[in-house]
Amino acid sequence: MITSALFYTFAAILIAAALGVILSRNPVHSALFLVLAFVQSSVLWLLIEAEFLAIVLVLVYVGAVMVLFLFVVMMLDINVEELREGFTRYFWVGAGVALFVVIEVGQVIWYRSQNLEFMVRPESLPADYSNTKELGSVLYTEHVYAFELAAMLLLLAIVAAITLTMRKRPGLKAQDITRQVSVRREDRVRIVSMDSTKD
Amino acid sequence: MITVAHYLVIAAVLFSLSVAGIFINRKNVILLLMCIELMLLAVNFNFIAFSRMLGDTQGQVFVFFILTVAAAEAAIGLAILVVLFRNTQSINVDDLDELKG
Repeated sequence: MITSALFYTFAAILIAAALGVILSRNPVHSALFLVLAFVQSSVLWLLIEAEFLAIVLVLVYVGAVMVLFLFVVMMLDINVEELREGFTRYFWVGAGVALFVVIEVGQVIWYRSQNLEFMVRPESLPADYSNTKELGSVLYTEHVYAFELAAMLLLLAIVAAITLTMRKRPGLKAQDITRQVSVRREDRVRIVSMDSTKD
Repeated sequence: MITVAHYLVIAAVLFSLSVAGIFINRKNVILLLMCIELMLLAVNFNFIAFSRMLGDTQGQVFVFFILTVAAAEAAIGLAILVVLFRNTQSINVDDLDELKG
């Protein structure tokens, strides 16, 4: 009973936050609403007993990705008004498409739930069950290659992000050690022979 | 009583809201990226619900990998966005016509 109440509360906040993301006027508000949506999803995942992923969602998304988003949104000087042009025109297209998708998916789920398979509540796991341990035992044995590939992917993302955003500023004074060390006498010293009797 | 179907409906609503967001905010690249993040979240809901329904942890492992890929995607997407803004002083999708496509 209390689980149902919690579920409906957090689901309502989640939907409201998602609406806030797509409708708010200011991109900073959108990013903050997205943070709220992630936190609510994490709570919903806790309710369905996926504890490890709930914590990972808060740590990785709210802690890292959304901070990056906020950082970029605040760093760029965006003209919001110009980007809002055509908002009302596309609002009805978007709302129509969204309604269409919801009705379709809802129908499929409703149809499938007639055979009661979906309507079974997943049975609660015992108190000494560790979701993290269970996931880890699969992740490090069966999926170890995929896990290492994911690590490589993250490294690739770091390198790509840095190379994309790094730039050489013109007029920046910096030492080039190789050139300094490999300099020869002829490059720097010029012997000038002058006429000594000149007055 | 909360069943798997409840979670599937939540995921469907979340997904369609993010689709609507892509239509509504079709000029703002940052909001498009945020809507894509929201879509991936909706997909993760489905994976976790089915993983719990079937009593199989593979679905949750998959969500773990989706989170990894989504984080990498967000990092590279935002890096491209910063470079784009540096070059054009704008993040309007309509200004991205240099390839004359």
